[in-house]
Amino acid sequence: MAEQFELSDEMRAQIGKQSPPWLYEVTTTSVRAFARGVGYTDLVYFDEDAAKAAGYRSLPAPPTYLGTPRFIPGRCSDTFSSPSEGLPQINHGLQGLLDGGTETEYFDSICAGDTLEVVQTLAGADVRSSKALGKMLIVSVETHYTNTASGKLVAIQRGQVIYY
Amino acid sequence: MAITWESVNEGDSLPELHKKPSLTQLVKYAAGSGDFNPLHHDYDFPQSKQLKSIIVHGRFKYASLGELVSNWLGHKGRIRKISCQYRGMDFPGQDIVCGGKVLRKSEESGEKIVELELWTQNAEGKKTTPGKAVVVFE
Repeated sequence: MAEQFELSDEMRAQIGKQSPPWLYEVTTTSVRAFARGVGYTDLVYFDEDAAKAAGYRSLPAPPTYLGTPRFIPGRCSDTFSSPSEGLPQINHGLQGLLDGGTETEYFDSICAGDTLEVVQTLAGADVRSSKALGKMLIVSVETHYTNTASGKLVAIQRGQVIYY
Repeated sequence: MAITWESVNEGDSLPELHKKPSLTQLVKYAAGSGDFNPLHHDYDFPQSKQLKSIIVHGRFKYASLGELVSNWLGHKGRIRKISCQYRGMDFPGQDIVCGGKVLRKSEESGEKIVELELWTQNAEGKKTTPGKAVVVFE
């Protein structure tokens, strides 16, 4: 728990910076693994015939699932599996980490077989105080998902991560 | 029973989705999502020790709100937007009730739109994950 924490100019300079693009894959196996992890019993997320009968091209990505990043050791986070290379980051030195909130906006369908090009922007950084956690750094991230086949922006995810 | 646009009314409740994720379920979610933060599976991890327990992934609760909406919608439309805030921690082996209600039903530019209020509620009745969704009916 941090007693004192302030945003330096160096930290502020990261706001607005973008990551290089990284590919995320949506596959039948990855959709099933996510649906199983959440606990779905709806066959549309597991069985391609059921998915097609419901009007989908293939297994649809369950809500909030936006593909699995191509994991490459040394270039991705071993903890979160997401790309770490060239990611805009604030070197805050805080040890605690909590998810603050997430919003996903969809512009088109996402199904197994899709490959998405993903770019992350460090959208903002704020310092707030809480009784339980002391000084907290709240980092806002905006991630854009573009279907590589159609070139269409299919989703934007906005999230807040809390460091304390 | 499948929902239809005609049958939706403002104030309607969504059928509740009951969860009680075990550690094994959280391990499955870790594998499915790629989030291997030890705070969700390792009791010896410093942050787990500090909290005296591992905790349920916030994103597991977010995805469960997605499942709640998906089950209700029965593929008769699509989710345009879904969001939540992680206001409180949940722990494995404890009840999480996912609930929701219809805030607004409207037709805009020929689109049939329903706005939903969503939440997860713990055993003490606290809404640990309030959220919202916008759904477009076919």
